[in-house]
Amino acid sequence: MTDLATDRTVSFLNEKFGDAILGQETQYDFHVVTVMPSHLIDILKELYSNPEFSYQYLTTLAGIHYPLDQKMAVMYQLHSLTSNQRLRIKIYISDDQPTAPSITSIFKAANWLERETYDFYGIVFEGHPDLRRILNVDDMIFFPMRKEFPLEDQTREDKEDEMFGR
Amino acid sequence: METLTSDIKVVAKPEGLEGTGFFATSLDKVVGLARKNSIWPLPFATSCCGIEFMATMAAHYDLARFGSERLSFSPRQADLLMVMGTIAKKMGPVLRQVYEQMAEPRWVIAVGACASSGGIFDTYSVLQGIDRIIPVDVYVPGCPPRPEQIIDGILHIQRLVETESLRRRDSQEYKDMLNKYGIE
Repeated sequence: MTDLATDRTVSFLNEKFGDAILGQETQYDFHVVTVMPSHLIDILKELYSNPEFSYQYLTTLAGIHYPLDQKMAVMYQLHSLTSNQRLRIKIYISDDQPTAPSITSIFKAANWLERETYDFYGIVFEGHPDLRRILNVDDMIFFPMRKEFPLEDQTREDKEDEMFGR
Repeated sequence: METLTSDIKVVAKPEGLEGTGFFATSLDKVVGLARKNSIWPLPFATSCCGIEFMATMAAHYDLARFGSERLSFSPRQADLLMVMGTIAKKMGPVLRQVYEQMAEPRWVIAVGACASSGGIFDTYSVLQGIDRIIPVDVYVPGCPPRPEQIIDGILHIQRLVETESLRRRDSQEYKDMLNKYGIE
């Protein structure tokens, strides 16, 4: 279920960025708009600065891995503090050397969130001022949240697979 | 004359030669006895095992009965490093530095499944046992161990402290062991 203000945002996006909108749906009362990565910055900038919407608060951003589709996604959750509307923007990128545009030029809050997403998924955010690991140890050589890496620590020899249900 | 009686136990004197006005024994035994009953522990508590340790220190279980009432929150003055809880890989270098700051002779006790082996946290971010970065003298199993078990671990440490030869820390074997961990 979407309300009038969200409908307004969506129709505005369709009107202004029609070619860049790849899809939209409502998931759990949360409107999700999938856009082309190349237009992400323009769309976010417009949503940020247009006085009618003012999506000026970045709640969170996160990476998602879809190994079966060989894709990764980055989703951005926006909040307009003036109209109290929430909106989720999603971009899909390839999971082979994934890159996405950095939105740090619009939201300062994206700095650490993008570092976290890089840390766990290896998504390179182009234009990020300081893209390095933030939570994991610096000498980690893989991106642990990617599905091709098993959850368990691969360096230990003392746990027999059979005994630990692997 | 009325004799003062008390049920307070004091440690027995070591084996030795005794006569009128003198008592002779080996230095090892005297030093061992003194060290054993005045261990200053440094608690490195990161999770629920640390809570059990607090109970161990408090009035009911009272670790002070074994001469360890004085916690040392500075590694420089501590004798025993007590690692209690999950150690994330990112915490590893910190733990190692704490160990390196301790003066010899030093002992280490790994309390609980996580400190001993990583426990249930068989995952990329957790150190799979602190013995991957520092040598450990006694392991206490349990998740978390009860205070009785922690006390049992301390008693095992006391046994090691009591019987350790005075020259052990100078031995080549000991140095080789430390080198294996890349210390010194």
